[in-house]
Amino acid sequence: MTTIEKTADDAVREGAGDGGTPLLEVRDLHVEFHTRDGVAKAVNGVNYNVHAGETLAVLGESGSGKSVTAQAIMGILDMPPGRIPQGQILFRGEDMLTMSAEDRRKIRGRKIAMIFQDALSALNPVLSVGYQLGEMFRVHQGLSKKDAKAKAIELMDRVRIPAAKERVSDYPHQFSGGMRQRIMIAMAMALEPDLIIADEPTTALDVTVQAQVMDLLAELQREYHMGLILITHDLGVVADVADKIAVMYAGRIVETAPVHELYKRPAHPYTQGLLESIPRLDRKGQELYAIKGLPPNLLKIPTGCAFNPRCPRAEDICRTEVPALVPVTEQDGTELPGRGSACHFWKETIHG
Amino acid sequence: MPDVTKSQSGGAAVDAVAPPVEADAATTAAPAAGPAPQGKPRSLWGDAWFELRHRPLFWISAVLLVLLLAIAAFPGLFTSAEPRNGDLTNHFLTKPELTHFFQADWFGYDGQGRSIYARVIYGTRASIMVGVGVTAVVTLVGGLLGMVAGYFGGWIDSIISRLVDIFFGLPFLLGSMVVLNAFTERKVYVVIAALAFLGWTTIARVMRSSVITAKQADYVTAARALGAGTGRILFRHVLPNALAPTIVVATISLGAYISAEATLSFLGLGLADPTISWGIDISDAKDAIRDNPHVMLFPAGMLSLTVFAFITLGDAVRDALDPKLR
Repeated sequence: MTTIEKTADDAVREGAGDGGTPLLEVRDLHVEFHTRDGVAKAVNGVNYNVHAGETLAVLGESGSGKSVTAQAIMGILDMPPGRIPQGQILFRGEDMLTMSAEDRRKIRGRKIAMIFQDALSALNPVLSVGYQLGEMFRVHQGLSKKDAKAKAIELMDRVRIPAAKERVSDYPHQFSGGMRQRIMIAMAMALEPDLIIADEPTTALDVTVQAQVMDLLAELQREYHMGLILITHDLGVVADVADKIAVMYAGRIVETAPVHELYKRPAHPYTQGLLESIPRLDRKGQELYAIKGLPPNLLKIPTGCAFNPRCPRAEDICRTEVPALVPVTEQDGTELPGRGSACHFWKETIHG
Repeated sequence: MPDVTKSQSGGAAVDAVAPPVEADAATTAAPAAGPAPQGKPRSLWGDAWFELRHRPLFWISAVLLVLLLAIAAFPGLFTSAEPRNGDLTNHFLTKPELTHFFQADWFGYDGQGRSIYARVIYGTRASIMVGVGVTAVVTLVGGLLGMVAGYFGGWIDSIISRLVDIFFGLPFLLGSMVVLNAFTERKVYVVIAALAFLGWTTIARVMRSSVITAKQADYVTAARALGAGTGRILFRHVLPNALAPTIVVATISLGAYISAEATLSFLGLGLADPTISWGIDISDAKDAIRDNPHVMLFPAGMLSLTVFAFITLGDAVRDALDPKLR
């Protein structure tokens, strides 16, 4: 199984076009949570990589393990209930899971930073935003209070917060949702990290503000040539920004593809279902498609392919054998760089 | 419904949400310009202070406390009489009218002919010192243990929590009596130690629970994700957000510690002569209360007033810090 997965992974890497070691590489990552009711397997062998300047969108429903993977990368997983039984998280070729806690802490914020979903709760309510932004410089670079404040104002200008100078000593609750998310972005961006993980950065915002925040994020990413992992369940957000997509289901990656390929020709029934269920203007008046059933209980993931109870294409083999992530090819066998699907019937799905 | 157009199949997303930064900028710039001239932005503590300033009870208790602290610090400024000088010709002497303001005989004399006014004034220091001292020790020790237990959890929490349970099970006054009994010389600091020995549990519990709430907040995770170390997270992000309940409990129990000291002194186990304290005076007065109630009245009255002042302040602070009560 692993050998085939490796091939798919290699294909994905080639697809990125950017040779050399990737900025971040996740290899066969497993995360489980030990609960009273048993072991919840949140992540079951995830492989993905991000190169500098590249945007990877991780797509999936709630409970598909996309956020848990991100938390494992950041090292902010609550470790008593959570456990990482196997896998590697390589940052510039170095395994972060075997590093000392202090070494990992030094990477956080400086090399890899994270943007959270709800900026109001991710900002400390009793400290001014200027203080919190400046904290990055004081802690990591040892700047004086005054210099840190000047830097904070600079950052707020950067993320286009109007009247930054006047607002630097305001508190988080005094900002609107979009502005708060900008501050969150500024905080993550402060030390110009190599990689940013954005965990549903726009989910808590209204649609107009969503677009602005995504544009800002994309612009800053281009400017600093950062890697970006964008975690989302919103297919619309992904289309504009991402270079490649990894679709997750029940803690596994079920499909990987360059962004437009995925929209054009999905190679996994789950992705297909997701795309079908987007409301479309040309289907006005018709019933909206929905994937039947519920996401699987992580305490007892179905045998075989985890998607089989909900899959319209499911056959006996799907209930017994776990499909590996295999490279997807054209009908005549030509390789499709960067594409992979974990479905026994990917051929029928993409070409049928 | 910009989503509809935006996520048209094929992924060639038509961005219907074109007008970008300006809209957001305009909406947020307006409030920024609005309230700014009226005053600086307020934090949680700023809000609490704003609330407090508009509460008469806060001002009453604050004025009382300032006065009491001044008396405790400089008793000589308030009376020229000597609290320890007894003149038996003044045995239980009272003036029928209380017009001799701030004179030695203002409140009359006790059984040994000592000025009750002077004794009440000089007794303030012991009571305030015990109250403030016990509160300080208890807040420091209990707060620290509670914070450590709440933040680190696991076996550290188990050990500290069991310790709290054990100490909590010991009756406060009875326990202090047993401890004090072991000392022959009962100075103020001995009484502080005895009361603090059993008193830290409440604060530890309060602190532990509010730290547990605060540490689960997203901003703590965010701080960790941005590379903050344990110390910084604990003291910069968790503590300021967990402090409010502790402050309230501490202020309210300050009054309780003062009365505990009086109780112990009354029972003959707290402070003892030559230290002057309200508790001792109340204890001395108990035999004469039928014929000379004034001997009891003034120290007891001062005690009640002081406890009232602290508890009222605690109440006011609690109300100010709790947004739901506004």
